[in-house]
Amino acid sequence: MLILTCPNCGQTGEETEFHAGGEAHLKRFGPGSTDDDFEGYLFMRENPKGVHFERWRHAYGCGKWFHAARCTTTLEVFGIYSAQVTEPPKELCDRITEKRPGWSWRAFS
Amino acid sequence: MSSATSALNGATWSDGIATVTEAPLQGMITLRGAFSDAKVKKAATSVAGVDMPGQGQANCVETRGICWMSPDELLVLCPYDTVGTNIEKMQAVLGDQHSLCVDVSDARGVFDLSGPRAREVLAKLVPVDLAPDQFTFGMFRRTRMAQVPAAFWLHEDDTFRIICFRSQAQYVFDLLITAAQPGSDVNFF
Ligand SMILES: [Zn+2]
Repeated sequence: MLILTCPNCGQTGEETEFHAGGEAHLKRFGPGSTDDDFEGYLFMRENPKGVHFERWRHAYGCGKWFHAARCTTTLEVFGIYSAQVTEPPKELCDRITEKRPGWSWRAFS
Repeated sequence: MSSATSALNGATWSDGIATVTEAPLQGMITLRGAFSDAKVKKAATSVAGVDMPGQGQANCVETRGICWMSPDELLVLCPYDTVGTNIEKMQAVLGDQHSLCVDVSDARGVFDLSGPRAREVLAKLVPVDLAPDQFTFGMFRRTRMAQVPAAFWLHEDDTFRIICFRSQAQYVFDLLITAAQPGSDVNFF
């Protein structure tokens, strides 16, 4: 069972109280971008076995968005952080390194 | 003019291990704004007559109260027939402060789930730790009740007050009855 704690309201709930919002930290490429960038933005997603970064919404709770870093194989949650950032906090990345040495995900490691 | 009625006309059921009663019409005002602003707090506390609750808490006395819904949303409870005048009072307090204040009384259904087994019945339906030392008096929780959104708090000892959408009131009533069927005790708490 995946258990998340919403940083906006402080409630801890299991997965069904939340709604998955897809991959975190996508950079939007819109009108005027190259075809490759636009394709990457629209379709290309990470599908890792292990460390993953996602957006979640506390759909049945406070209704707010947040970010989560978790392991796709064990469902361990490494950390939860604000929705209003474009990259995971360094302190969180360090904590993941302690648990999963050598991990990398897109530009982060 | 037609007279307002609650979703299920005060339906009640007590043939199982807990009693389910639809509460009479309850005045509810959604207030959104920045809690850091004194006007927003004052708008809520002045009509509810209770203190501002902390995060994840509710202060409710009879038909008055304030529930903490999210970091920028409160649910203000007051008697049903005072909602109109209370919204005017709140708007006068808020002035031109960026905020929202709206009557949602008729958009909701309210139920009381009561009896010594109420905690156990509710625990069958929501993904929340309802152990007596974990969910205590004063706490307020928005969550999922089977397939629909719901919010609840301990209104009195052994009585949970549950709020749902009015269009889902029959579903919630049936759900509570199903979870409270005779002989369905779990004896966990
Ligand atoms: Zn939340």
